[in-house]
Amino acid sequence: MHHLIRRISEYLVGLLFGFGLILGGMINPSKVIGFLDLLGLWDPSLAFVMGGAVILSYGAFRMTKRSGFSLQGRVIMLDDSKPIDARLLMGSGLFGIGWGLSGFCPGPALASLGTGEWKAALFVMAMILGTWIAGRVKIGMN
Amino acid sequence: MNIDWVHFTPLWSLIGGLLIGLAASIFLLFHGRIMGVSGILGGLIRPLKGDRGWRISFIAGLISATIGAKLLGLMPAIDIESSPLQLAIAGLLVGFGTATGSGCTSGHGVCGIARLSPRSISATITFIATGVLTVWIMRHSGIGG
Repeated sequence: MHHLIRRISEYLVGLLFGFGLILGGMINPSKVIGFLDLLGLWDPSLAFVMGGAVILSYGAFRMTKRSGFSLQGRVIMLDDSKPIDARLLMGSGLFGIGWGLSGFCPGPALASLGTGEWKAALFVMAMILGTWIAGRVKIGMN
Repeated sequence: MNIDWVHFTPLWSLIGGLLIGLAASIFLLFHGRIMGVSGILGGLIRPLKGDRGWRISFIAGLISATIGAKLLGLMPAIDIESSPLQLAIAGLLVGFGTATGSGCTSGHGVCGIARLSPRSISATITFIATGVLTVWIMRHSGIGG
């Protein structure tokens, strides 16, 4: 595929994903917190977002499973040899705490930059810093 | 458990989810990539040569969605309840946690579950569990604000 077409098509995938987040309600942190308020007044909507997304993606993964290639012939690298370790669970656990505190996960947080909300920008800056710190301390953990 | 019927939007959420699933499917089938946002962003922090363009394009599209929705008058209200201090701490935790745990809601929660990866299923259960617990502490335990 031509380089420029490739960049445009990746842009369109991001755009489609963003519209999905907006229509599904995931763009609104207070709705996300409503989903996580399982033990209080629970808004189950986001289970429908995940469900809808998983159903379609499941089909796509099934299609690539046999060949291991994308339609453009690119090798799809999926490493399933890694174990379920403390690193995975600790990282995911900390992510969940931050998600519950704010109602933001990485996708909606980045998308929210387009709203001009300064609070979203503050979150994204802290998130980038957190990612950078994780890269620095990685060596010590292994 | 009490259902919040006032805010429950099953149809729109399902439509939004299908669009997200379509995006993830296109990314996989045509581009051969996993649509995991924390990984896409993380790869920009220390980019390898020739590995930057697709990440920037995707993120630019993601940000354009809210700009476009705003211009079209379709952007719903977003309420950010958390204080700036909470947001800063939460951002650090989300960035550090997703980098350490190799994924977030899109990478583990959508793509990982869709391919029935045991690691992603465990990760998703873990971050939903700690998220639920955090919201309970904040809203109902009397400790949080």
